Amino acid sequence: MVYLKAILSLAGLGAVFGIMLGLAARKFAVESDPRVEKITGVLPGANCGGCGYPGCSGLASAIVTGSAPVDACPVGGQVVADRVSEIMGVQPAPARERQVAKVMCGGGEDKATSRFAYIGIRDCGAAGLVSGGPKACTFGCLGFGTCVKACPFGAMEMGADGLPVIDEAKCTGCGKCIEACPRGIIALVPVSARTQVLCRSHARGAEVRKVCKVGCIGCGICVKTCPNSAIVLEDNLARIIPDKCDNCGKCVEKCPTRCIVMTSQRDLHTVVTGGVGAGKGLSTGTEGPGGCCVAK
Amino acid sequence: MRDLLVIFFAGVLLNNFILSRFLGICPFIGVSKRIETATGMGMAVIFVMAVASVITWAVQYYILVPLHLGYLQTIAFILVIAALVQLVEMVILKVSPTLYQALGIYLPLITTNCAVLGVAIINIRENYDIIQTAVNGIAGAAGFTLAIVLFAGIRERLDFAPIPEALKGFPLALITAGLMSIAFLGFTGFKLAALFGL
Ligand code: SF4
Ligand code: SF4
Repeated sequence: MVYLKAILSLAGLGAVFGIMLGLAARKFAVESDPRVEKITGVLPGANCGGCGYPGCSGLASAIVTGSAPVDACPVGGQVVADRVSEIMGVQPAPARERQVAKVMCGGGEDKATSRFAYIGIRDCGAAGLVSGGPKACTFGCLGFGTCVKACPFGAMEMGADGLPVIDEAKCTGCGKCIEACPRGIIALVPVSARTQVLCRSHARGAEVRKVCKVGCIGCGICVKTCPNSAIVLEDNLARIIPDKCDNCGKCVEKCPTRCIVMTSQRDLHTVVTGGVGAGKGLSTGTEGPGGCCVAK
Repeated sequence: MRDLLVIFFAGVLLNNFILSRFLGICPFIGVSKRIETATGMGMAVIFVMAVASVITWAVQYYILVPLHLGYLQTIAFILVIAALVQLVEMVILKVSPTLYQALGIYLPLITTNCAVLGVAIINIRENYDIIQTAVNGIAGAAGFTLAIVLFAGIRERLDFAPIPEALKGFPLALITAGLMSIAFLGFTGFKLAALFGL
């Protein structure tokens, strides 16, 4: 009896409120574009704000009013963009290429020289503060994995040669590693851009040769070799213009220091398709991955 | 009239929901980055708290007490508040879509604002009559608004201050809130009755 009373009264209260709300919903119904609701349904519903609008429904109304493009949702990617453009009745947005991070340095422990033994906080920022870091090349990767720690998707790990390796399947292109790297040698590149100059050294050729086996010496051979004029030489460093490069691999073959590299998407590790020889041997007294470097 | 004034000022200053009773902290921290959103939130809370106070009072004395269902108080009050917030949302969307846009997610958040439930329960506990209840509801919400707008003002200025990296954002916000709370403790000494009894 006691329970019945409690249940009935609460149910009654709920019913009264429910009916009142139902009536109110009729009375205060707002004409809204049905497309807004449809698009909200298609969007991922993560409400992450990555698009810059307050939640997915915010973006949906912005798309309907035309103030946001159909492919504004960074989380949904192409699939969502296509479905949204279908609802909006417009041509699907051209596929935007996925971007992944790439470490623009090939100077692993066996290829780049170190100047002194660094014994201290195992952090690239800290190591870089000690007279430019233990690596003889002041542009190169310090190898303490600050970027690896920064990656929220577990897409990075330290390779055996003390350089970070990026798992392109896991990389979302969020750019957290780029922010974290004190050297600024990580860059976002389109996944299809396989040919990369893995060097960021602006030093003159002779200096580069002294400190690194695979550094760009600015000789300009690649610029002359490239049939698509996709390579430019800027301040002693070759740069590939991604729009023009068709990954023909001619520069990779011709580069005397092998700093231009063709990476394969499949095994995620750097594959040098050029000749062999350069970059082998001549180890510089290092003690395994991440270990302290000992001056030669 | 006198005790209504006392209830009002006690609600705003002495028993400030956020800074003395520590209720409704989440919107206080979450919606206080800019003065405009803080004000909007405050206005919505004032409306919801005032109406919720009156309706829960009616529910308590016309339904729960006669049926001896006092133990259902919390759940019944939550029902009232949730329904009310829904209604407010609909009305605002109809009447002023711009305000609705500005309030955004904060509007439904009022449902889970413990200060609203708190004021309803305090009204009953203090044995207020319906007028006193309404005044207490408005006062509680006014105190909430005062605290959140002041806080937003401070935070807006803090954005330009040189702050150690480790303290930026929420840590400093929490410290600021603590200091404000200490400042509001100063009102405790006020003898409001004497003040208005002159
Ligand atoms: S010269 Fe280039 S490849 Fe060698 S360590 Fe420096 S940045 Fe890396
Ligand atoms: S931090 Fe982001 S951009 Fe860098 S590797 Fe990880 S997922 Fe890719």
